[in-house]
Amino acid sequence: MEIRLEQVSKDFDSVRVIEDLELLVHDGEMIALLGPSGCGKTTTLFMICGIHTVTAGRVLFGDRDVTHVPPQERNVGVVFQSYALYPHLAVAENIAFPLRIRKEAKEDVEHKVRKIAATLHIDSLLTRRPGQLSGGQQQRVALARALVRDPAVLLLDEPLANLDTGLRLEMRSELRRIQQATGSTAILVTHDQAEAMSMCDRIALMNEGQIEQIATPSEIYVRPRNKFVASFIGSPPIAFCSGAVSENMFKGPGFKFELPERLQAAAIKPDSAVTLGIRPEALQPGLDIPVSGMIAFVEPQGRETLYGLQLPDGNMLRSVQAGGSRFKLGEHVRWGLDRESLLFFDPDGSGI
Amino acid sequence: MNARRAPWLLTMLLVMVSLPILILYTWLFVDSVSVSAPGSIWPKAFTLKNWRFLFETIEGHASIWRVTFNTLVFALCTVTVVIGTSVTAGYALSRLKFPFRAQFLGGVLILHAFPSISLIVAIFLMLRLLGLYDTLAGVILVKASLEIPFGIWVMKGFYDSVPWEIEMAGIQDGASRFQVWRRLILPQVQPAIAALAIFSFIAAWSEFILPLVLAPSSETQLLSVYLAGLLTDDYLSDYGLLKAVGLFYILPVMVFYLFTQDKLMNIYSGATKG
Repeated sequence: MEIRLEQVSKDFDSVRVIEDLELLVHDGEMIALLGPSGCGKTTTLFMICGIHTVTAGRVLFGDRDVTHVPPQERNVGVVFQSYALYPHLAVAENIAFPLRIRKEAKEDVEHKVRKIAATLHIDSLLTRRPGQLSGGQQQRVALARALVRDPAVLLLDEPLANLDTGLRLEMRSELRRIQQATGSTAILVTHDQAEAMSMCDRIALMNEGQIEQIATPSEIYVRPRNKFVASFIGSPPIAFCSGAVSENMFKGPGFKFELPERLQAAAIKPDSAVTLGIRPEALQPGLDIPVSGMIAFVEPQGRETLYGLQLPDGNMLRSVQAGGSRFKLGEHVRWGLDRESLLFFDPDGSGI
Repeated sequence: MNARRAPWLLTMLLVMVSLPILILYTWLFVDSVSVSAPGSIWPKAFTLKNWRFLFETIEGHASIWRVTFNTLVFALCTVTVVIGTSVTAGYALSRLKFPFRAQFLGGVLILHAFPSISLIVAIFLMLRLLGLYDTLAGVILVKASLEIPFGIWVMKGFYDSVPWEIEMAGIQDGASRFQVWRRLILPQVQPAIAALAIFSFIAAWSEFILPLVLAPSSETQLLSVYLAGLLTDDYLSDYGLLKAVGLFYILPVMVFYLFTQDKLMNIYSGATKG
């Protein structure tokens, strides 16, 4: 089902935490609410499921306005960060709980529980108690309980945060598989960009109660709308250095080059201050815009090595290169920038 | 070596400390079924004469069965009132927002700290006014209301330890607030309910001052008051009888305690399994 937030605001004791939020989630789509802690992503999630009331604006499920509908009647499946399984009930009863509350017929309940348990590969666990399950299994049970009622939307609140690293990778693809298999519309709240990038169709990047950008994972990486998005997405992070533009030339600290074609068309005011964003892969030996500096740090990471390149004016750029330490600490090098993948921001931080 | 000896030492120490109590209980039992010369500790002969109160009414005193029945009714009703109130009030204080919640909690705590004896005159007057003086209902109300503050605090503590996500999950699953409480939260605090029930049962069974003052007549008399009556009866200096009645009085509590002590421990640990 299509989920739509229109001009939604939320106050907590006269402090506005969400301001005029607009969000459209298409039917069957999985979208991530990504952002630093305290950005309002969990609050947004709780407004969709009804735990938090909305101060202003509307929440729509399809054509139905649910702004003032109590959570019980919204038919939203939620997977909480702590899973929130009912410890006194066996797995089967945990999954069946939403159906039992609706007073569905016994055979129907049994059939549905069996079916969803099979999809999630937990058929063998149905008689156990939550306390006897591992973290990953509890996760699946929580997911089964959320999905068994055929929810209008599936909400996932940091579902992978409590798992250890290996399991987290496995559950990432597993969550995606299940979401696609059931065709549910899903909203994932996370602060982990790798999770958002790898699992979701689109990412809504939030900051201070507002959505900075909604785009597909590749689009948000390649064309960030502003400096915040550019610096939040990408690991190792992007480096910025300031310069000036005149006559289609960018003058930075110790280097200058002709702007790429798409920016020449953007008609930047002559002599205006512009910030240049350089992703670590855009700085490589042998590229056509020369940059000289001294290697300030070397971090071997196995498959690749991260270098810090200090420019004469003190600015630090990062470069990720294929593994092996070809350059040494303190070495003076002359590397180059990849014109097409450079990012440009005007003085107030918006992308050009 | 040390690890083996330590439990032994500990056991010995515990035996030493509890020996006086054990001796007292044994003596109580032995004396209730034997005859001994005045001033002597050692029994002379076996007798069941001391237990005659079970079959005949001691002159000038109520029937033991009547009194026992009263005590049972008193204890069970007190438990019901205490549990009913604590289980609901504890939940409200733990989870719901309402005006003066903090003041209410503080007030309940102060009430708990109040020695009941200091209230006895006021309570006496109030019961008289309400027409509940010398009725079981009156003492039950008073005893229960003195136990309730403790019950509310215990239950609140247990409710506090139930994660609120469980409640939110229940709401999302379509359950009403009441269904959530009844079907999801109550089972989590069930150990606390059991412990509190046992605790207040024992407290009610051994209550003395309140029934003595508030329900003294023979129709409403409780075991503790009955026993005290025997003790102060000038025409009756039969210590064998007194000991038999005393044993009869504590026996149910001891048996009860033996079977439920593991549950009672819960009240101090505050455990929810998960």
